[in-house]
Formats: sequence, structure tokens, C-alpha cells
Amino acid sequence: MAPSSAGRTLTAASAVLVLAAAAGCGGFGGGGSSPGGGGATAWALTGGSEEAFRTSFESWNEANPDREIAVEWFANDAYKEKIRTAVGSGQAPTLVFSWAGGTLADYARSGQVQDLSGQVDGATEDLLPSVAANGEVDGGLYAVPNNQAQPAVLYYNEDVLADAGVEPPETLADMMEAVEALKDEGVVPIALAGQSVWPELMWIQYLTDRIGGPEVFQRILDGEEGAWSDPAVVEAATAIEDLVEAGAFGDGFGSVDADSGADTALLHTGKAGMLLQGSWVYPNMASDAPGFVEDGLGHTAFPVVEGGAGDPSNIVGNPANFWSVSSDAPEEERQTAVDYLNEQVYNEEHVQSLLDLGSVPPVAGLEEEIAAQDDPEHLEFTYGMVRDADHFQLSWDQALPPAQAQELLSNLDLLFLGEVTPEEFTAAMDSTL
Amino acid sequence: MRAAPPHRARPAPASGGGPTPWMAAPALVLFGLFALVPLAGVAVLSFASWDGLGAPRWAGADNWVRAAGDPVTREAVWLTVKLTVLCYLFQAPVSLLLGVYTATRTRHREVLAVLYFLPLLFSSAAVALTFKGLLDPNFGLGAALDLPLLARDWLGDPDLALGVVVFVVGWSFIPFHALLYQGGVRQIPASLYEAARIDGASAPAQFLHITLPQLKYTIVTSSTLMLVGSLTYFDLVFVLTAGGPGGATRILPLDMYLTGFRSYDMGQASAIGVVLVAVGLALALGLNRLTGSHRMESRQEGA
Repeated sequence: MAPSSAGRTLTAASAVLVLAAAAGCGGFGGGGSSPGGGGATAWALTGGSEEAFRTSFESWNEANPDREIAVEWFANDAYKEKIRTAVGSGQAPTLVFSWAGGTLADYARSGQVQDLSGQVDGATEDLLPSVAANGEVDGGLYAVPNNQAQPAVLYYNEDVLADAGVEPPETLADMMEAVEALKDEGVVPIALAGQSVWPELMWIQYLTDRIGGPEVFQRILDGEEGAWSDPAVVEAATAIEDLVEAGAFGDGFGSVDADSGADTALLHTGKAGMLLQGSWVYPNMASDAPGFVEDGLGHTAFPVVEGGAGDPSNIVGNPANFWSVSSDAPEEERQTAVDYLNEQVYNEEHVQSLLDLGSVPPVAGLEEEIAAQDDPEHLEFTYGMVRDADHFQLSWDQALPPAQAQELLSNLDLLFLGEVTPEEFTAAMDSTL
Repeated sequence: MRAAPPHRARPAPASGGGPTPWMAAPALVLFGLFALVPLAGVAVLSFASWDGLGAPRWAGADNWVRAAGDPVTREAVWLTVKLTVLCYLFQAPVSLLLGVYTATRTRHREVLAVLYFLPLLFSSAAVALTFKGLLDPNFGLGAALDLPLLARDWLGDPDLALGVVVFVVGWSFIPFHALLYQGGVRQIPASLYEAARIDGASAPAQFLHITLPQLKYTIVTSSTLMLVGSLTYFDLVFVLTAGGPGGATRILPLDMYLTGFRSYDMGQASAIGVVLVAVGLALALGLNRLTGSHRMESRQEGA
């Protein structure tokens, strides 16, 4: 079509429309402004400890009708993708939910979240130090925990282990023997959700920690050259290679999906002997197989590695989720958020609602409250683990910057599939530093 | 016996070229707003360095150089080519034969046709989740029916996963293409087959010398949709394997998504996106030229 007056009008009209739409974009999708002057906003996750969050926000809103917090709820993956764009474009809610680690460091270093040092003592005074430490970036306090601690636990099926005549393993050598005995019984020795990849992280994390201690990963986090080829990581990767070659995870672990609970199903249906998973799988198992959880589910700490330098009390997993306060919010909203953190986070009601969900808040001195619960055994075990841990390692994929975390997951996947050797794995990871 | 008059009357084009250009305005505005503007944004972003936080920084050709040298992205290109070729080789013959088979109007074939078209009604995510469940070696079809042959590590073995993806993609899309062919076959004048039968042509000869040539443009349309479509398979593969195991199904659209929204490297992801758009356009235009279908001459002369 030759340029005509109609064509030019069309172009102009489209341009106006585009501008109007672009201007309109500024108005939606963000944390949104709340009704009252001092009200604030928050985004939180569905599932997991959702009920505890709901109770907590409801009682705040009842007590502070002039400074209500408006909460929006998201599914896990959708949230992770949305929050980063929202924070980056100045549209974040007042209270930013996170996993701490590399993402929190990014937020803090680009000035998107507030330094809360000295302002949130009400929320942090009773916290277990190994958990609280995760909210610190470059000496400032940028996030406070807001729910339960989730260490990775070695679960086992008592009947399956008894049939094979093995005890829960206390050392890596015990574990290799147990693998052989369980294979002879025709079950998968250790269930592993290889399709989801992230459960594989717990193996390399625990093994590296048991062999070399937490300093090994700290050097990786600091970006020291060649930190991945530390002998401890190589030894951990070799142990994984040995386990895979011995058939510890069965032939089909690449098809097992953690999101649909296929790994816990293998354990409670008696098709697998052991499972290394975060304590967050416990509530799901309790609802899927209540009989098994009552009588037949065992739990223990990750085995030690003979001659390893790591403290056997060390644990890995998710210390907790965290709240940060957005720097983009107006002064009044930020004050509301800080007051909320001081008054509501880990107050008596919040702690109790977390315990009712079968999860342990990372707060000191809860022994009595836990003993009073209906089914205190698993709670006491995980609480003891968290309380006594010398070091609580945040999941590596959360601790590292996103690009390195993705490289780690890809290369770990290849290591478990036997497509790369331990040396190739560490060399590939060294190149990401 | 004539099926249709040889020359249909067409309204003569008005001087100045058809109806007023304003008729295209709503479509153009929507297309501009939701396709061209974001596309331009992606093209600009491919020259910037941006992790989703803060302001994008100008990076020149850096993203392009990195994307070209990245072994993962190179592998993704190769996997996309493999997937495209395998999907085409699987889908094209099956949908052609199914379409021809269901075109005949007999009752049992029409019942079968309805069954064949069911997958067309399902969402990709549902299809992927269902197959994921069925193919699970521990709790899936193989375990339920106690068939060791089916209880393989279909989605967890790097050597099998791509084949499974090709199969599931085919299962989802063959009904659509079979529908195209069915319509195409029903357009062929019966007089051609009558003439062939009088001349004593066998059924395979009729298929080769009448059905196939008459379906030329249906084949072109269906092939274009299949080939260009395979550059955009995302939801199905993402839910089925998320690019695993060990990157064995990390095709280019997945590579773009994972680079952008998992590694937060929006610049390199945009560069991959631009490549996808360019290859897709080139493929569609190329097919159109190659097959001469842009001339759109009739295949029914003399019928």
C-alpha cells in the first residue's frame, strides 16, 4: 500500500494507542497502593506454611484497622519469576518474601531492600543463630525469617530395612553396604527425584560438608579461583559416582518427579528403602500415608564420612523463608512493615500455628511447646537438628547467583546420569566462578 | 458430469485496490501492540545486559557473541533441528494416511475420526502431565500392567527422552493435520476417481496419481505449520521434561526461557529469541517460495 493520508492517520493512531497502553502499564501489576495512609502490601506463597501466614496477617489487621496489610497469594514458581521483575521495576510489595541467599544479596546490593539492623529486635531476639545469619548481607541485616526451618533428613522405611537386615546407616560405608543388601531384596535402595534435579543438590551438599566442612562452599561463594576443584568436592562427586554405579538410586531415578511426590511415594509404598529429602515432605507423607508415618517411617541424620573434616551436626536445607522490606515503599508503609515484623513474626500465636502445621520455627527454647504437640517425635527430631547444628547450609542453588545456580543444576544432572566424570564436573563448575 | 463450473465469477477489484484500508486497522493495531512492539523490545534488549533488576546496560554485540559460543545454546540449535526433522518425518505420513482414511464417509470411519481428533481438545499441559504419569517406570502404565517392556526410564534416560518428546508432540498434533488432509481429500472431485477407475487404475495408483497431486497445497500448508510450529514447542516439552535429562531435550525455545527466567540473563535470552523469530520467518517464507504456493494457481483445471 502506497503511503496515503489514510495510512498516515493509521500510523498516528497506532502510535497514540501504544503510548496510552505504555502509560497504563505503570498503573497495574505492582504491589498496588493500599487504602489507608499507613497500610502496606505483602506477597506470600500458597501451600506450605500458608495457614500460619494467614493467621498472622489476620490478627495484625484486626489489631491495626488503620494500617492494614493487603496480602496477595502466589504459587511457588509463578512467584519466583514475578517478584524479581517487580523488585527490579520498583513495583515490589512492601514486604518481599524470599529464600535469602544470592537473590537477597542482589536486592541488597542494588539498594532495593532496606537495611533493618537494630530495627527488628522483636523478631530476631530469640532466633537460632544458624538460621538468622542467612538474612545478613555485607554486615547488614536485610531479611528476617518468617516460617519454619527445613533441614534435609534421611528418611527410611523401617520394614524395608528390616527385611533386608540392615540398620539405618551411620557412615558412608554403612550406606554402601545397605545399598547392596537392599538391591538383593529387589527394592530401590534410595529414592531420588532425579527429574526435578534439585534433590540431587542435597547429596553433593551433605557429602561436601561431611568431607571438607562448610568452608569449602564458602570459598566457592566467595568466588575463589578453582574453588570447585577442592579435593572435598572431587571426593563428594566421586562418592556420588560410586553410589550411582552401585545402583543406589535404581535404574529409573531420572523419571522420578519430586513435585508430584513420586519420591516419597516410592518410600511409603515400600518400593524404596531410604530417601534424602527436606523435612517439608513430612506433612505430605502424613496426609498420603498416615499409617506409614505413624508406624514405619524412620528418620536419621545424614551419615558421616570416615576421616571427613565436617562436623556431623551440620545440616543443609532451607533455614527458613524470609521477609525483607522494600526500599521503594513510602516511609509510612515501611514503618508498618517493620512494626508487623516486630509484633507478629514468631510471637506466641505464630509459633503455635507453625507447630500445628507440623513444622518447627527456628526459635530457641521451644522444647516444652513441642513436647505438648500431638505427635512430637518428628518435630523434636528436626528441632533438635536445627538447634544443635553448628552450621546450617542454605541450598546451594539459592545461595549462588542465579546464573551459576543453573550451571550447577545442569552439571549435577549430568554427573548423576553418568555423562560426566567427577573431574569434568568440577572443571565445568570452576569455569563459572 | 461436472462438480463445479470451471470459472467462478469473482467481483472485479475496485480501482484503488479493494475495500478501504481502515478495515485492516483493528487487526494491525492489535498486531502492532502485542507482536511488533514486544518484538522490537526484545531486539533492543538483545544488545543490552540485564538481569531483571535495575536498569539494562548497553552491551553491544556481547550477548550475540556469547550465545554463538555457548555450547548449551549450540546443542539447543542442533536439538531443535533434530526435533523438527523427526517430528516432521513422524507426523506428515501418519496424518496424511489418517486424513485419507477418515475422508471416506462410512460410519465406522466417522466414529474413528471423532476418536482420533480427541487429542486436539486437550491442553498441552494436561497432555504432558498425563504422559508423564503414564510413562513413570515406578507407578505408570508399565508397573500397573506389569509389562517390563513399558516400564522403562522413558523420560529419565537421555537416549530415550527426545524420542518420547517426538511421540507425544506427534500424538498431540497429528489430529489437527489429519483434519486438514481430511478436508483436502473431500475437496477432490469424485469425477477424477471415476475416470481413473474406468482406465483401470489400482487403488495405490489412484492415491499416487490423483490424491497426492491434488493435495499439494494441503501438504504445503500442513508442512509449513509443522516445521514452523516445531520451532515454538514449549509448553509440552517444558512440562514433560523441563529440558532434561542432562539437557537432552533442551530445545531452543526452552533454552531461551531457562536463560531468561532461571539464569536471569535477559540479554542472551533475547538474542536467542530474535534468532528464533528470524529462522521461523525465513522457514515460512522459504517454504512458500520453494513450493510456488504464493502463486496460488488452481489444482482443479479440467476437473
